[in-house]
Amino acid sequence: MTIHTPTTEAQACAVVASVAATGTPVTLRGGGTRTGLGRPTQVVSTISSAGLTGITLYEPSEMVIGARAGTPLAEILRTLADRGQMLPFEPMDHRALLGTEGEPTIGAVAAGNISGPRRINAGAARDSLIGIRLINGRGEAIKSGGRVMKNVTGLDLVKLVSGAHGTLGFLTEVTFRVLPAPECVVTLAWPGLADEAAVALLSAALGSPFEPMAAAHLPAGIGADQARTLLRLENFASSIAYRTDALGELLSQYGRPELIEGAASQELWHSVRDARFFAGSHEAVWRLSLAPTKAPRATAAIIQALPQARWFYDWGGGLVWLAVPVDEDAGAAAIRAAIRSLGGHATLVRAPHAVRAVVPVFEPLAEPLMRVTAGIKNSFDPAGIFEPGRMYAGI
Amino acid sequence: MSAIAFPAPRADILARRDAIIAGLAGLVAPEALITSDDERRPYETDALTAYRRMPLAVVLPSTTQEVAAVLRYCGEQGVPVVPRGAGTSLAGGAIPQEDAVVIGVSKMNRILEIDYDNRAARVQAGVTNLAVTGAVMSEGFFYAPDPSSQLACSIGGNIGMNSGGAHCLKYGVTTNNVLGVTLVMLDGSIVEIGGAHLDAPGLDLLGLIVGSEGQLGIVTEATVRILRSAEGARPVLFGFPSSEQAGAAVAAIIGAGIIPVAMEFMDKPAIEICEAFAKAGYPMDVEALLIIEVEGSDAEMDAQLARIVAIAREHGVKTVKESKSAMETAAIWKGRKSAFGATGRIADYICMDGTIPTGQLPFVLQRMAEIVKGYGLRVANVFHAGDGNLHPLILYNCNDPVEARKAEDAGNDILKLCVEVGGCLTGEHGVGIEKRDLMRVQFNEADLNQQMRVRAVFDGEWLLNPAKVFPLDGRVAA
Ligand SMILES: Cc1cc2nc3c(=O)[nH]c(=O)nc-3n(C[C@@H](O)[C@H](O)[C@H](O)COP(=O)(O)OP(=O)(O)OC[C@H]3O[C@@H](n4cnc5c(N)ncnc54)[C@H](O)[C@@H]3O)c2cc1C
Ligand SMILES: Cc1cc2nc3c(=O)[nH]c(=O)nc-3n(C[C@H](O)[C@H](O)[C@H](O)COP(=O)(O)OP(=O)(O)OC[C@H]3O[C@@H](n4cnc5c(N)ncnc54)[C@H](O)[C@@H]3O)c2cc1C
Repeated sequence: MTIHTPTTEAQACAVVASVAATGTPVTLRGGGTRTGLGRPTQVVSTISSAGLTGITLYEPSEMVIGARAGTPLAEILRTLADRGQMLPFEPMDHRALLGTEGEPTIGAVAAGNISGPRRINAGAARDSLIGIRLINGRGEAIKSGGRVMKNVTGLDLVKLVSGAHGTLGFLTEVTFRVLPAPECVVTLAWPGLADEAAVALLSAALGSPFEPMAAAHLPAGIGADQARTLLRLENFASSIAYRTDALGELLSQYGRPELIEGAASQELWHSVRDARFFAGSHEAVWRLSLAPTKAPRATAAIIQALPQARWFYDWGGGLVWLAVPVDEDAGAAAIRAAIRSLGGHATLVRAPHAVRAVVPVFEPLAEPLMRVTAGIKNSFDPAGIFEPGRMYAGI
Repeated sequence: MSAIAFPAPRADILARRDAIIAGLAGLVAPEALITSDDERRPYETDALTAYRRMPLAVVLPSTTQEVAAVLRYCGEQGVPVVPRGAGTSLAGGAIPQEDAVVIGVSKMNRILEIDYDNRAARVQAGVTNLAVTGAVMSEGFFYAPDPSSQLACSIGGNIGMNSGGAHCLKYGVTTNNVLGVTLVMLDGSIVEIGGAHLDAPGLDLLGLIVGSEGQLGIVTEATVRILRSAEGARPVLFGFPSSEQAGAAVAAIIGAGIIPVAMEFMDKPAIEICEAFAKAGYPMDVEALLIIEVEGSDAEMDAQLARIVAIAREHGVKTVKESKSAMETAAIWKGRKSAFGATGRIADYICMDGTIPTGQLPFVLQRMAEIVKGYGLRVANVFHAGDGNLHPLILYNCNDPVEARKAEDAGNDILKLCVEVGGCLTGEHGVGIEKRDLMRVQFNEADLNQQMRVRAVFDGEWLLNPAKVFPLDGRVAA
């Protein structure tokens, strides 16, 4: 296994061109923390972004930060925090869930469209990603987007590359829009609700004018004996006090919420963000994306087939984290059947190699979309060198 | 004006016009097919009225299946297609060509489903932007992207252009507010991308479709996010002695952790034009005006405004006018929102649309004034100050071809300036035909070729809105 570590964009172009010339598949590595995400791939070499580090642009008053792809996420977050700012989409850290080590990089956050609880209100990583530089499979450095938030010049390749898991090219630099960090954060927790009632509460809250920035439900047994339904408010201190009261009143039929503040609140949301409740276990882990109110129906159907399943809800119910026994297909058939009629989809996030080799990790697409996907892959990467098969077989 | 080239229509297609029309007639109801000169004329142009071309025919289907049948037919026949919403594009995005069939979605204008619990609405592509908000307003909800043309423009066109508006500083633009689309591809296949859930599987094709200017397929339905309105909203008008001070105040407000829902900037000529029209009570003794809107409960708005006003005072603000009533709020916004119309009353103008890093604002304003003066013309500026999207209105006399040409040249120089300082050619109006030939200012050949290869995946023959967005001479295959 060769590891290429280019330190300039020009070197990266040369590396990719040489790899493309031999047609050898290559994996793209940031910090290596998401090892094992996606379908297993047969690669013989790695291109690492470890030599491409450093913040290239930070203008707090323009709410924009740009960095080379291998820059540790931690450095980005620290730099922003020093000026009272943050990444709006609260990226997940996969290390606990996947049992990996290393430093997550900002390039891989873009490549994976990695978002956390704030996604429901502030958008996904792809919504904040405003510019990229990338080496395509021809060894050409290309750019899309830029450093300004409003930009409709040409096709939005930024979105296409975000969430492509390295299959379209090697990112060398990414630019994100940032936001001021809130002055004050508080969590409201309602104890003891069943799933249906919990999601109804979260829907009512998210449909209120009081702007919850995160909304999750942890059933009994997930992190505590008793179920907890969670809303997070972020704002200036005076607004938080007002909105806490207003939400309490609006949702009074569900009982009185407990207030969780400071480090305890932060710890709780990190657990939700990083799906830490499933860390260290031997279960397979799925991520289901659904219209929020349909989520309890989906989990009810899944438990019929997989009685040992455990789950919790983020994004007001729109994201279900599900842990099931690994045997056979890791529940794929039952899970995909349960959500088929509900209009959502499921991604296998954690499972042993052997399972991911036979179970489609990403939801299979309709035939015309698969054709388009293959065409796009080919347009970026005609030699098929980048992470071949990571998302779909043959792509 | 004649600076922008159109490709010569293909003679073989023109020669087959009768046969093509007969073919289309077999696919849609008679009233959906428009072929007479008189009835085709409204489709000759869009809001870039200086350019016009009579289309071969116009089809206004009523269903996704009809769109699919017509598109498949045109694809098989090798006939270019121009997708059209309401035709309000300012970039010439919906202007046809003589050998093209216009497929308009204006008859597909029903709201199909509103799901308040999941905060989503499914609508047909021809629904107007404002009608979506209209349909959910009674429950206190709204659709966030708010282009000034929202009374007329369609959701399909908004998706085509990734439109934004004054309030997208907080709520984002179209791409941040669309969850799914029904898309008809050139071969007639109908696909669903995304839905009422977040994050569709696979590559982000939805993100690619939004802003693709009718080059990848025709959107017939969309699922959009609807949001609950804030308890209240209140704008404040600030007058500054200089644009530098206004710009510095904007930066300081953001630096203090405040993201207002809107921050609009107007320079002196724009203030004068808008005040003369809207009588909004804009101050006339200042060089720059900011309209800053905040949202929340009364107490929250009071608290936020107090901080904003304090910051403005630190930056030498001369006039502070808080809206005290719904009428005053309406007046303040009327002045801003009618900027285009009001300008149209005093002169012909072209409305440019570039984006710059906001820190460059004072420099860019000064350079723009010099550029336009250099051509012997005048310019008025309105500007989304929070996100750097500027709209210089270059005034000229359209009956004077020399002046018209100068106005276009001045506009091009301004867009180049935007790119030079780190911005882009278009923030919300799109490329269309208008900025097509400037694309190489912002992108090099490799950048553009990659975009065109992706485009060709959907339409290898370049039949969908073919003369738009990309320079005519550089086409590549997938
Ligand atoms: C079956 C299988 C076999 C494997 N065999 C090996 C092996 O033999 N040797 C080995 O070293 N590893 C192997 N790996 C792990 C390898 O695939 C991991 O992806 C690798 O550790 C790189 O880390 P990472 O990119 O996932 O880390 P992260 O930095 O967390 O990256 C996550 C994702 O982002 C993408 N990405 C990261 N940086 C960029 C960038 N700059 N531009 C574009 N995309 C980017 C990656 O492609 C990946 O999809 C294997 C994995 C599997 C599943
Ligand atoms: C007075 C005025 C003010 C404006 N203010 C703003 C503003 O504040 N912000 C802003 O962003 N824009 C603004 N615009 C520009 C314009 O209104 C927007 O670009 C709008 O989104 C166009 O919508 P439309 O329905 O008129 O589309 P059209 O003009 O008909 O088409 C626009 C583009 O989308 C494509 N298209 C249309 N329908 C479809 C479909 N169903 N499927 C696929 N492609 C399609 C077309 O081919 C074309 O490329 C303004 C225009 C005017 C005249």
